[in-house]
Amino acid sequence: MENSQTNARNAILKGDLFTKLSAVIMGLGMIVRKQVAKGCAVLLCEIAFLYYMVNKGIASLGLLPSLGDQVQEKVWNEAKQIYEYTTGDNSQQILLAGVITLFVIAAIIVLWVLQMRHAYKLQKMQEEGTHIPSLKEDIHNLFDSNLYITLMSLPCLGILVFNIVPLVYMISMAFTTYSKEGEHLVLFDWDGLHQFQRVLNMNGNIGRQFWHVLAWTIVWAIFATFLNYILGMILAMIINRKDTKGKAFWRFCFVLSIAVPQFVTLMIMNIMLQPSGAINVLLKNLGWITSPLPFWTSKMWARVTIIVINLWVGIPYTMLQVTGILQNIPAELYEAARMDGAGPVTIFFKITLPYMLFVTTPYLIASFVGNINNFNVIYLLSGGGPTYVGDTAGQTDLLVTWLYKLTVDQQYYNLGAVIGIMTFVILTIITLITYRNSSSYKNEEAFM
Amino acid sequence: MTAVKVTGKKNRRSTRSIVVNLLVHLLLAVLAAIWVLPIFWIILTSFRAEPGAYTNTFLPQGYTLNNYVKLLTDRNVLNFPKMFGNTLIIAICCCVISTFFVLSVAYSLSRMRFMFRKPYMNLAMILGLFPGFMTMVAQYFILKAMGLTEGAMIRFGLIIVYSACTGLGFQIAKGYFDTIPRSIDEAAVIDGATQWQVFTRITMPLAKPIVIYTVMTSFIAPWVDFIFAKVVCRANADQFTVAIGLWNMLQKEYIYQWYTCFAAGAVLISIPIAVLFLYMQRFYVEGMGGAVKG
Repeated sequence: MENSQTNARNAILKGDLFTKLSAVIMGLGMIVRKQVAKGCAVLLCEIAFLYYMVNKGIASLGLLPSLGDQVQEKVWNEAKQIYEYTTGDNSQQILLAGVITLFVIAAIIVLWVLQMRHAYKLQKMQEEGTHIPSLKEDIHNLFDSNLYITLMSLPCLGILVFNIVPLVYMISMAFTTYSKEGEHLVLFDWDGLHQFQRVLNMNGNIGRQFWHVLAWTIVWAIFATFLNYILGMILAMIINRKDTKGKAFWRFCFVLSIAVPQFVTLMIMNIMLQPSGAINVLLKNLGWITSPLPFWTSKMWARVTIIVINLWVGIPYTMLQVTGILQNIPAELYEAARMDGAGPVTIFFKITLPYMLFVTTPYLIASFVGNINNFNVIYLLSGGGPTYVGDTAGQTDLLVTWLYKLTVDQQYYNLGAVIGIMTFVILTIITLITYRNSSSYKNEEAFM
Repeated sequence: MTAVKVTGKKNRRSTRSIVVNLLVHLLLAVLAAIWVLPIFWIILTSFRAEPGAYTNTFLPQGYTLNNYVKLLTDRNVLNFPKMFGNTLIIAICCCVISTFFVLSVAYSLSRMRFMFRKPYMNLAMILGLFPGFMTMVAQYFILKAMGLTEGAMIRFGLIIVYSACTGLGFQIAKGYFDTIPRSIDEAAVIDGATQWQVFTRITMPLAKPIVIYTVMTSFIAPWVDFIFAKVVCRANADQFTVAIGLWNMLQKEYIYQWYTCFAAGAVLISIPIAVLFLYMQRFYVEGMGGAVKG
């Protein structure tokens, strides 16, 4: 009841003169009711907003539907006897300004609703004779019961400006012709769902590449996630065996490889596995091979090499993360299984693995998502290659690395944005399905 | 009869366990060798006397310190000391901002209840499903519109890129705060402490492992990322970070001259990061375990 009474609608319908006037002069309700500083700040926001809209906002909104059509032109200047360039429109800047203006408008609407509510609340407090908090008390509250506002406003602002706005901006590019194809880098138009059709159409060149890349991305993510998980777990179990000597030393050897920055080790691996790199030289000197192994030049070799190297990168991580959880498995479970005559393999598949899966499903989902978006491993190892002539995507490209190539190298921004959106859609579907079907979601009670 | 049988069985079992133990240790030794070999090889390469990326032998033929000397003194082509300075400044700023962001958000979500708490956590999960590059390209355009992609401003741009969105990475710290019993806070509040005092004087000291973990991860991030830096810096060589510098040394135009220096640079920056990581690992494991037991 209390909440429904102090909403913005009631403020307009039932508020007194000052509360109603706050709809036009924001912050007035606070200024007349002893919260001058707060009210002035809100009023300043409104003035800044109006100033921005008059100077820039309205113009940029007006250009948004067309994204600009002034081509840059050479004009002969009679007086100076030179050619002068007129400033043409830049659709990319127009789109960005438009998106920012839309966010500014959304922000002012939120502020408006909040201040209307507050004005009405203040009015009621005055009518009821309750004490209205002064500026000093407000500031004190910001460090006490309202501490979350103080702590979270800056991080939220950062996320809004450098994550949400760029995302919306990039998503909107998917619906335009912003691309080097057809020279649409300066001026481009809205294009509807045309790019989505291209990507999804299996018969077109882009569509064919998309489905190939998607299939490999999923194969890669499955191998990378589950092989790392199971092998890392087995390694952790071997090291933690009762009879293994020098546990700390073995653990150190494996942890050392993650302590070295990943991009360094990946670049080293890339060099070592080149046709004339260290591994091929070593094998040749040993007399095992006569011609270098095609680690990065054959499709199958490259794919297998990447998965194997990713094991090198990932197993120590898994080992580190599961060691603690493994030790939490109740010893009685093992005792009982051994009494029933189960061997180590049966015990692993019937007890250890189900228990671990139960506890670590969220971790597995996170690492699956991480692998689908695993840029570093692919980009630094194979660079997505080998690439067939006429393709923009190589045979080991994931959706993310292809997205990178399309935007940064090829400047097909609209296609890149579509690929990004598709990645998001696929990840959402996979996450939802696995999460819904996981035992830790179905049954939040303890294991068994 | 029975006694003999039992000892025989025992003997057989102990021989078997000795064999298994031997095999396990052998396997571990082989695996450890595979894991350590590339690191060992790069250290050897950093002291190699012969230039060039590819040689005809696996091990170097001669050893020298010149690679390190060239790396630290040659300031004309690829200015490593300058890159090191750039990265250090960026890392220190990021470290301060990100630590504040992560801990603030984690504390608020763990300890306080407010209207947009659940929506915020859901939003963080959804945003995490978008590939990082989606935002990266657009972030560059936004930085450009703000004038942060030219000259010395690139540093600010990079600091913003690395730290602005760290408020989304609160999960580990929040998980840790969740394990600190609320009764401790409540006792402090009864004694007249404000939430701010609870946060700074009670929760922070109790959460020392996770604070150190957060400080270190955010300090390391700018050293090991090269792709955001590459997009923001483009061709501004005097603003390069260590990671782009090292990456550049392996490009076609530099690789012959700079390959062994790359190895030296890789060793130089890996040592502090590895030390930090090995030190931090303890806090990571402790952090996973929870704070005040019972």
